[in-house]
Amino acid sequence: MASKSDHSLWLDMAWGAEGWGDEFAYGLALTVQISLAGYAIGLALGLLGAFAKLSGRPWLRFIGDSYTTTIRALPELLLILLFYYAGTSALEKLLVHAGVASEDLQISPFVAAIASLGLIYGAYLADVLRGGIQAIPPGQIEAARAYGMHAPLRFRRIVFPQMIRYAIPGMGNQWLNITKDSALVSVIGAYELLSAGRGAATFTKEYIFYYSVTALGFLGLTIVSMVVFVRIERRANRGVRRA
Amino acid sequence: MKALVVEDVHKRFLDLEVLKGVSMSANEGDVIALIGASGSGKSTLLRCINLLETPDSGRVYVSGELIRMRGLRNGHAVPEDQRQVDRIRSRLGMVFQSFNLWSHMTVLENVIEAPIHVLKLPRAEAVARGEALLAKVGIAEKRGHYPSHLSGGQQQRCAIARALAMEPQVMLFDEPTSALDPELVGEVLRVIRQLAEEGRTMLLVTHEMAFAREVASSVIFLHAGRIEEEGPPGQLFGAPRSERCRQFLASHLGEARRVKA
Repeated sequence: MASKSDHSLWLDMAWGAEGWGDEFAYGLALTVQISLAGYAIGLALGLLGAFAKLSGRPWLRFIGDSYTTTIRALPELLLILLFYYAGTSALEKLLVHAGVASEDLQISPFVAAIASLGLIYGAYLADVLRGGIQAIPPGQIEAARAYGMHAPLRFRRIVFPQMIRYAIPGMGNQWLNITKDSALVSVIGAYELLSAGRGAATFTKEYIFYYSVTALGFLGLTIVSMVVFVRIERRANRGVRRA
Repeated sequence: MKALVVEDVHKRFLDLEVLKGVSMSANEGDVIALIGASGSGKSTLLRCINLLETPDSGRVYVSGELIRMRGLRNGHAVPEDQRQVDRIRSRLGMVFQSFNLWSHMTVLENVIEAPIHVLKLPRAEAVARGEALLAKVGIAEKRGHYPSHLSGGQQQRCAIARALAMEPQVMLFDEPTSALDPELVGEVLRVIRQLAEEGRTMLLVTHEMAFAREVASSVIFLHAGRIEEEGPPGQLFGAPRSERCRQFLASHLGEARRVKA
């Protein structure tokens, strides 16, 4: 494989058994998948968390606050390890016990990675979304009530589009964070971009080159993400007067 | 049948009893002005009619239909059936002091939103109705603008069109000109006067005494959560019987002279 002699290391980024290109592409694809799926779960949990924190019921507020406080207090790496070693085995036992899964059920590191990132980002997104909802002038929600719009309709037509407008910068930040934190899941054996980079680096001993390629992968992902978020932000901000 | 009946409505916020048993009614075509000092309960009364505030006790009928409510042990009450409340709200057009237009929607989108999603009107029909109403309030050319690009007077006229688009049985105005710059008050009052002349049933909380005197068919003066005096505008403004009403009007006389729509 890669020799340290005269030929460019970039040739070793070829596709197939001879090069590292396909490993990196696979790793990047998995990073994107883990991030997207984790983020989707995070958004769902975040929305529930935001509702709970804004609820009029004290016990719901308590649950919401406990969730976000606990998750944000602990290092992400610790949470991922905890979730993988304690959470999945408990879940496996539960599912097997309940008879919905067979004895040999084993939750894969890939699934565990997505679930733990979703749980973590749900807590961060809960506060981002809560802030988005609270930024909506209450009079606009009152107007929706006054015209007979029921709660789900109000959420869909009035609250959600404006919540997105106020929350989108924070949501973009959390998305960039999750793409980076997805690298943490390599500790539980989930394969992603950093795993690919480390594999190539340790195999060839070309640490600087392959870790730099890994870095470029993350940078590229960030640049594409930013372009997407700028578009979403522009769309969400229609009707807002620029100062 | 009465368009609106309010019977013995009480409302308390924490230690403050804002409404201490208010009863009133409106016939079809009545224009009732609610006047009184800040804190007299006039806005709360208006908001109790469409249940933006839930009365603690008492009864509210809209076109003969009683809004069913259930008392709680803590002295407050909740609606028995939220769907009934939503249905009744869709028959009441509310105009707010601070307009409360939906800022992510254009002027036309604001006007057609509830007709489409609450009244289930076909979109084309809602748009036709909306455009006609925007023309009526004089902002047809602003249909594609967002609220943030309109003046306060234009925003309030859009909000009136939004309320009218529901073809409400009763229009409720909550200090519709109080948030406006003085030079913009006239254009909004003109629209409201036109609606009064068309025979719309309206309840109007206002500080514009001259306007109330001119358009109202009857005036209610609220003081400390009770109706202190009510009657036709000529009598109430011309020869108020209650001392408090006299004092209130005296202190607002300057304002009444100033405002000319």
